[in-house]
Amino acid sequence: MEKQEYPAKPETVYFFGTCLMDAIYPDAGLAAIRLLRREGLSVLFPQGQSCCGQPAYNAGFAGEARAVARKQLEEFPKPYPIVVPSGSCAGMMKHHYPELFAGTPEEDAARAFSDRVYELFEFLVRVLDVRLEDRGEPVTITWHSSCHALREMGVVPYAKTLIGQLKNVSLVALERETECCGFGGTFAVKQPALSAAMVADKVADISRTGASKVVAGDCGCLMNITGAMAHSGVRIAGQHLAEFLWERTHGS
Amino acid sequence: MEAEKTFDFENNIEKALRDDRLRKNLRNAMDILVEKRRSVFPDREHLERLRAAGNAIKRRALKQLPCLLEQLEANCTKNGIQVHWAEDTAEANGIVLDILRRHDAKEVVKGKSMVSEEMHLNHFLQTHGIDALETDLGEFIIQLNHETPSHIIVPAIHKNRDEVAAIFQEKIPDTPYTENVEELTAIARRVLRERFARAKVGLSGVNFAIAETGTLLLVENEGNGRMCTTVPEVHVAVMGLEKVLEKLSDVPPLLRLLTGSATGQLITTYVNMITSPRRQGEKDGPREVHLILLDNGRSHILSDPEFRQTLLCIRCGTCLNHCPVYVRIGGHAYGHVYPGPIGKILTPQMEGLRRAGVLATASSLCGACAEVCPVQIPIPALIRRLRRESYDTGDGATVADAGYRSNLAETLIWKGWELANTVPALNRLGTRLAGAVGDKMPNRGPLKAWTRVRTAPKFAAKSLHDRVGKEGVKNE
Repeated sequence: MEKQEYPAKPETVYFFGTCLMDAIYPDAGLAAIRLLRREGLSVLFPQGQSCCGQPAYNAGFAGEARAVARKQLEEFPKPYPIVVPSGSCAGMMKHHYPELFAGTPEEDAARAFSDRVYELFEFLVRVLDVRLEDRGEPVTITWHSSCHALREMGVVPYAKTLIGQLKNVSLVALERETECCGFGGTFAVKQPALSAAMVADKVADISRTGASKVVAGDCGCLMNITGAMAHSGVRIAGQHLAEFLWERTHGS
Repeated sequence: MEAEKTFDFENNIEKALRDDRLRKNLRNAMDILVEKRRSVFPDREHLERLRAAGNAIKRRALKQLPCLLEQLEANCTKNGIQVHWAEDTAEANGIVLDILRRHDAKEVVKGKSMVSEEMHLNHFLQTHGIDALETDLGEFIIQLNHETPSHIIVPAIHKNRDEVAAIFQEKIPDTPYTENVEELTAIARRVLRERFARAKVGLSGVNFAIAETGTLLLVENEGNGRMCTTVPEVHVAVMGLEKVLEKLSDVPPLLRLLTGSATGQLITTYVNMITSPRRQGEKDGPREVHLILLDNGRSHILSDPEFRQTLLCIRCGTCLNHCPVYVRIGGHAYGHVYPGPIGKILTPQMEGLRRAGVLATASSLCGACAEVCPVQIPIPALIRRLRRESYDTGDGATVADAGYRSNLAETLIWKGWELANTVPALNRLGTRLAGAVGDKMPNRGPLKAWTRVRTAPKFAAKSLHDRVGKEGVKNE
């Protein structure tokens, strides 16, 4: 991974809400926006935005992925940073757009776009240097790393930095923290048995921590893990870290 | 091959997942291998520099592969090694058989070689009345049990000690049941020693061949490789043609990467460097050394600048050890010679997408393989490319049977997805519909697969698009 460079604190940022957050976890999206605005930023949410294109890209439908990615290039035209509350979508936009548009007229535009993409927690720590004050009751949680946050974006340390700022939160690590939860987009439905075995092991690992909540930075993993926990009767809550951070720190 | 004709990946996966003993054996073994690798590469930056060097050395070799192979041939020949070229496995098998017949050999002792597995050499020789004995301990165990390797480095990794004990007792005459590892090893050694002494021909693979010097390099831990290559009168080495390196100085970084990644060793117990048959005045060593260079689709893979990276592979097997899919199903489920992440990209290119393209679906693209690959093969990117070629003959498809999976239903789904994500009005309609009736969707197709072990996703009544306005968040 190349060394990422970070800008000075800007006045305005774009927010890319991701398709899963949009339809399934809008509370987490609002919490992320609030975290950014609380730091004094003006947040723009282009209404024409949709999906980063990763589902089709990973399934082998590059043409369809490119059309959807092109839409995002158009929707975020100004030179503001683009903050993305998902390591996976951010990885797609930062690392795969340049190859997706290689040799097309949008190649340069895609590269310039990718340079502006930051994952939410990375942005909160590296650009905004946030300091969180925990106002919540003592709680024990565990953290799930998404593969793309971990390996493509390298941003997991920032999520942990933020959790570490919450004085009443105790974090218990998973035994196999770096192992995939089995989501993998269309993998979950193209190879349902493999995906099921993977998520079952992940749920067992989460259960062994004794935590009352599993927190993650990616809605895909979260949907997979909480869906499996609910199906198997495991009573552990799942939450996006943005929502968790906002709940613990906003003045009420 | 019989096994491949009836290859049913889905069934293999389900069967492996239900096999608790297999899963436990694999998990234990992979944990050990992963930990050993970690302990031998403690400094991450050093490892990253080493991986970059490994990638650069192998890329340089592939770039000039035809020249290097000719140079290797010239230098080997000068050293007295006889070089043979085989375009496919049938030709390679024929060459081995010729050599064996010329020496009137009815048996051959074999060191571990994945290329010989690719050739299905043992089966081929058997049909010609020749007995090929595997002498690597793991290979010896599974050969007794009529199995194929389940891992490219540790072929019997799916077996635990009790299973090995039972196999020895059943298959080797006059053998008492023992779970004592030293005793088990001694039993194998007793059988093998006799055969080493008797065999006229020994066969081995090659880890690296050095063009500059005409040297064949072979790593191993049991000494069986050295026995196979020095005791019999004739040594036959089989090698995929991507194994050639330009010069001797290319070896140390790659050797370090190979043994560290494969078994977590700084160096293997034996490093054999073979540069000629027995020379005049020498008291031991084979009188003839043959090198068979096998193509079997490799030059076609080489012709594609992206897929070419598949040939960087040094067969360390660490991608298997770190793979969340391999650790749950083991090598046999993949139904082909090369399992795991490397098998997912290599096999479809060698066998065509119709026969093996389904392997590329068995990945969550988690990236664990690419993260550890000692020569930085971008395995997830190549899996993605294979998936694309499965549906699409355009965009410079190069793999056999491109487009074999193309079907109207999936094309329409992705076209619909594209529309819903490029036309904002449709996008809003979609999320609103999902919010309103998402819980009433018929439990079919992908949703059925999803809800086998999960509850259905709960769509929000109002999407983020709808809610940001109330927060005073501007559009632009």
